[in-house]
Amino acid sequence: MRRRLLLFLTLAACAGFTVALAAAVLHAAGAALPSALPEQLAASLGSSGVEHPVTAVLLNFRNYDTLLEIGVLVIAGMVGISLASTSSLEDPALRSSDSLLYALQRWFVPLMLLLALYLLWAGADRPGGAFQAGAVLAATGVLMRLGGLPMEFVRPGVLLRLGLVLGFAVFLLVAVAGALAGEAFLAYPPGMAGGLILTIEIVLTLSIGMILLALFVAAPVSDEHEPEEGAGP
Amino acid sequence: MNWWLDGLLIVALLVTAVAMLVSRDLFRAVVMFMAFGLLMAVAWVRLQAPDIALAEVAIGAGLSGVLLLDAVSHFQRGQRRQQPPEGK
Amino acid sequence: MSPDLLYALAGVVLCGIGLFGFLLLEHLLRRLLAFNLIGSGVFLVLIGLAQHRNGPDPVPQALVLTGIVVAIAATALAVVLIRRYYHLTGHTSLADDGEAQS
Repeated sequence: MRRRLLLFLTLAACAGFTVALAAAVLHAAGAALPSALPEQLAASLGSSGVEHPVTAVLLNFRNYDTLLEIGVLVIAGMVGISLASTSSLEDPALRSSDSLLYALQRWFVPLMLLLALYLLWAGADRPGGAFQAGAVLAATGVLMRLGGLPMEFVRPGVLLRLGLVLGFAVFLLVAVAGALAGEAFLAYPPGMAGGLILTIEIVLTLSIGMILLALFVAAPVSDEHEPEEGAGP
Repeated sequence: MNWWLDGLLIVALLVTAVAMLVSRDLFRAVVMFMAFGLLMAVAWVRLQAPDIALAEVAIGAGLSGVLLLDAVSHFQRGQRRQQPPEGK
Repeated sequence: MSPDLLYALAGVVLCGIGLFGFLLLEHLLRRLLAFNLIGSGVFLVLIGLAQHRNGPDPVPQALVLTGIVVAIAATALAVVLIRRYYHLTGHTSLADDGEAQS
């Protein structure tokens, strides 16, 4: 009885929330536009260093958001790794024993790496970019992990730490260097925007792929033994 | 024609979302989640946002699906053993 | 009323469904799914509302792209935490829910 009442109350609360939100959306849809953002963007696209507007917003006009985003990802990756208690990456219990996976893997891993590279390169002038390429890179890593291909770089160590912070560090370095050179924080020096954006995109791709892969690898918990709290691997 | 397509897509999105939450089987819920991710990708294309569609396909349907399926199989393995691991 | 506004309203309904599931479901993984549903609804509202009058707008699209990547990182971290919790306690739902259920 109490459970039914709870169900009814929750349903009523959620319905009320939905109706209120819909009213707010309809109200906002009828309001006058405060500014013409797409026109402003199109007018200043030429000075951004890339031709694709979404990439220009992500890595030039609103790159503060992207910097904070990769910061959030680094923190999430660090938390995930510190919670991991898996001893061996080549633990046979964690591997999928699917023969189809082995057959597919031989074709898919090189193709997906190529796709990630294409997406990264395409980001300059058509849909694509660091985030999509990073996701494909992480998916490639997951496939390799499920098939049991050796991946030394996700073992806790120098390479993993370097891969995790590379994107954030390079991004921050560019931002601070711009500030020291007399520009605003996160503003690129004139004429160098295209090259800097490409550099940042490459390291962002590597870092995003690495962080997502590290979070996937950190997930399994082996039942056999429990390492001491805070003990290193 | 286009209104039909949008309406159909939205109905499919909502039905998949409800099916994901009410499904008794956890595995089926995760498969519904992946289907929902693919439908979302189509919705992003309809909203003229190809960048988000690409990211949604790679992330929503691919990566998080694998992640959640891995977790589901882990839970089901734990339940099949019928003896939950003792906490320390 | 443009199709974009229709998508925004669908996002509102998705938020409602997700909130309902998030409050009521007990299994932690199901809660995570409901949480992702709320996220997708918010993204749809953001894009649909921004685009319903003046066509494609790259600024909210870039913000949503950022949001999707943060959402997958949060989901992956939540899966790590849930599996850790399951490993330590043997439960797949929080202790309070179990008491309320019995």
